[in-house]
Amino acid sequence: MTDLTDLGVKAIRDGVAAGTFSAREVAEAFNANVAAAQDALNAFIVATPEKALEAAEAVDAARAKGETLGKMAGVPIGMKDLFATQGVQTTAASHILEGFIPQYESTVSANLWKAGAGMLGKLNLDQFAMGSSNETSYFGNVISPWRKQGSNAGLAPGGSSGGSSAAVAARLCPAATGTDTGGSIRQPAAFTGITGIKPTYGRCSRWGIVAFASSLDQAGPMARDVTDCAIMLEAMAGFDPKDSTSLNLTVPEWTDGLDADMSGHRVGIPKEYRMEGTDPDILESWDNGIAWLRDAGAEIVEVSLPHTKYALPAYYIVAPAEASSNLARYDGVRYGLRDLPEGANLQEMYAATRAAGFGDEVKRRIMIGTYVLSAGFYDAYYNQAQRVRTLISQDFKAAFEHCDVILAPTTPTASFPLGDKSDDPLAMYLNDVFAVPASLAGLPAMSVPAGLNKDGLPLGLQLIGKAFDEQGVLNAGLAIEQRAGFTARPEKWW
Amino acid sequence: MSSYRIQGVTGEWEVVIGLEVHAQVTSNAKLFSGASTEFGAEPNAQVSLVDAAMPGMLPVPNRECIRQAVRTGMAIEAQINKWSRFDRKNYFYADLPQGYQISQLYHPLVGEGSLLIEADEKAGIPADKRIGIERIHVEQDAGKLMHDQHPTMSYVDLNRSGVALMEIVSKPDMRSPAEAGAYVRKLRSILRYVGSCDGNMEQGSMRADVNVSVRKPGDEFGTRTETKNVNSVRFVMAVIEQEARRQVDLIEDGGKVVQETRLYDPDRNETRSMRSKEDAHDYRYFPDPDLLPLDLDDDFLVECRESLPELPDAKKRRYVEELGLSEYNATQLTAEVEGFRRFEDVLSATASALGKGDKDVATQVANWTLSVAPGVLNALGDEAKVENNTAAASAAILKMQDAGEISGGQAKEIYEIVLKTGREPTEIAETEGLKQLSDTGAIESVIDEVLANNADKVEEYRGGKDKLFGFFVGQTMKALQGKGNPAVVNQILKDKLG
Repeated sequence: MTDLTDLGVKAIRDGVAAGTFSAREVAEAFNANVAAAQDALNAFIVATPEKALEAAEAVDAARAKGETLGKMAGVPIGMKDLFATQGVQTTAASHILEGFIPQYESTVSANLWKAGAGMLGKLNLDQFAMGSSNETSYFGNVISPWRKQGSNAGLAPGGSSGGSSAAVAARLCPAATGTDTGGSIRQPAAFTGITGIKPTYGRCSRWGIVAFASSLDQAGPMARDVTDCAIMLEAMAGFDPKDSTSLNLTVPEWTDGLDADMSGHRVGIPKEYRMEGTDPDILESWDNGIAWLRDAGAEIVEVSLPHTKYALPAYYIVAPAEASSNLARYDGVRYGLRDLPEGANLQEMYAATRAAGFGDEVKRRIMIGTYVLSAGFYDAYYNQAQRVRTLISQDFKAAFEHCDVILAPTTPTASFPLGDKSDDPLAMYLNDVFAVPASLAGLPAMSVPAGLNKDGLPLGLQLIGKAFDEQGVLNAGLAIEQRAGFTARPEKWW
Repeated sequence: MSSYRIQGVTGEWEVVIGLEVHAQVTSNAKLFSGASTEFGAEPNAQVSLVDAAMPGMLPVPNRECIRQAVRTGMAIEAQINKWSRFDRKNYFYADLPQGYQISQLYHPLVGEGSLLIEADEKAGIPADKRIGIERIHVEQDAGKLMHDQHPTMSYVDLNRSGVALMEIVSKPDMRSPAEAGAYVRKLRSILRYVGSCDGNMEQGSMRADVNVSVRKPGDEFGTRTETKNVNSVRFVMAVIEQEARRQVDLIEDGGKVVQETRLYDPDRNETRSMRSKEDAHDYRYFPDPDLLPLDLDDDFLVECRESLPELPDAKKRRYVEELGLSEYNATQLTAEVEGFRRFEDVLSATASALGKGDKDVATQVANWTLSVAPGVLNALGDEAKVENNTAAASAAILKMQDAGEISGGQAKEIYEIVLKTGREPTEIAETEGLKQLSDTGAIESVIDEVLANNADKVEEYRGGKDKLFGFFVGQTMKALQGKGNPAVVNQILKDKLG
């Protein structure tokens, strides 16, 4: 019999609906994988096997009664611990929220439960989603299930959705939620050989997601393949009146619209992404991607995104600025950690609580953000960065006059050993150099596996679409997926 | 020009005043959350997840609050900015759960406008004066700290957290405490006309930050201080007096006014320093990324404008021009919402009871609502029942008076009984004998008797002692037990005495 944990979203959903296996059997199989891998991979902060079983039983019962099943019926998933889950600890991987149990459910997770999904647990991440390697988590870093050929060194699963990427790659869940502020879905997906899409800003409600940078944060699915991502994104997305920036648009039937025939479509290759010093393996996979899309019928055109080099600096002003304000609420007054030294006054309580509660990277970004918003620096930094952001958006608009979708690498390198960049924030930030422009412009972007490098590590290709054109992104992704023939999976060592 | 001057040892000083009035928007729900805004609830009973700044919570603008602020802007004839934006004002305090206040620094909802304060000789305002208003922006209120509940800790009540405020910023156009007082009263009146704020200063629905500086007349503006959270018109005026005096004394003693935030202590009637500019916060304002800019469409603006009531200045003009009221009465009647509402209710009831036009009864009704009725009401105090004080009752009384059936004194007596008991005025007049005798026959016979009994006086009167007329009236009224219609009595007496 097939190992149920080898199945993806569509296969599980269809199998449950057909009665090939029960949702409960699926949940049990994944629960077992979660438990078995926890010590080695540290992908989950909290496992919730009972939640997975409860949801599975509800689906089995509904099926028995002949009820219509939801898009995700019987599919157990991992939930990034940035989504508030009612009655289940929600920490953003920070000490400051340790023990915090929300009385509310985020809109995205609620949508998924409504669609019949169940929760295997809360996935580890970089603290407050700030990081690219999962090393900033208060609960210990996640370890990638992948290893370099001939090495046992622990590798970064990417970040910030590193628990999500590791868990999907290691078959601990068929799919997981991620959030992407400046690459946090795409980069970990690329590092672990899975597929992840950040939809257009506003597609998924931010209500109930612990905020990092409000104007950039966007939830999306991480799964084995393009189809699974399309199914899950349909379940996650939708207008939410509780989020003022939510898009008031009907959610398209992306899954039904999947079509890998690229004839009549133009694919843009941004020349500025061909940066000096980019890993030759990456450049090679990019060329492969171009060939695959041409093979799928696409016309390949060179496009220019002239302000690309300013994207990363602008991002590292805008995101920390918003974060410095968004994280002010963690003050020890109402919930979460409170450190009240003997005889301390209010200011001293704030200082002690935040010093003890936030990790170094979070503190670094709060300080950067506070600095760039300060009187006398605001125009030079924040306003300037906003102007750059406008230029980046205009770059994309101009490029999309010549093409329908853009193809680029997801990351400048494959996964790196844990500890390699943790002392060098700038080197770490450079990981997101290809991911950040689409975030600043609010565009849909996805990473699909493109092959392995010479060390046997996965590489991802990124597709960036026009605003609201997730379909174009998914279709180009599917065309690559069908030609890349990516079947590699990490050898089980845990 | 205001002639208000502070006498210093170096000569006369002029005071320059600007006010920032915070007015709580009348709305059932808070600015960015669905929580209730009712005053007086148990601490923390009206706090939503958004107000408590739980992780992942997002603000959603309350359309009604925006609408009220726009209507207020229209009422002060201000520029309405169709495009505006919310900014975050960042600072830490225990009554501020988000760690920032959502406000509007860069692009406020309402731009420049003005309001008129009226001449008031007695108060030292020699002529009407228009006071400029810089802007109105919308922002969240903070919660409240309670320091008296525990020996070493402070308690936090978040009921007010997130309540919508309008901050109405005047230009530094006022030059005396009286002008500032008149400005606050007029603003309060407009807000209450519009219905955008209940104007209740005791409950904190309206409070003012008072900016004061002094200068020698004709000089540049001096350095200003800002006295925060002043919660009555009287205190606003007191703050200006105290602060101007303090600044003059300081400067004349060789000191310098420092730009700072001050607090007013009503018990000692003095202001004292809270914090100076040096240790002022850097609020790190930036556009709130959780909110889209407000983009008001024309339909919305049309509805805002069409829903505006007649405002105090226009109403006063109409009272004078169309109803023929005196300036004084019109000013009195339109100053407060309650005043004009009462007047207009009684006016329409009286006009229809008498089958006359509004203009024909307006002066009579104005006198009634401004002086007669309040006199009776005040004298009765708690004995008067509000529910008995209907416009119909007043109209019925005024109708009887107009027909000469009752005297002014009887009108008051009847009104008094109405207020206490709720009985019908006509029934009271009948039952209690509170009616004038207008029956000429009956009065004539009484007069005949009076004249017969005082034949000597009649002789004297006819001999030229005109003053005796009053004596005959008095005797007649006495005989009629005060119920004679004075006009009828006078007429018949005149006829008979020749």
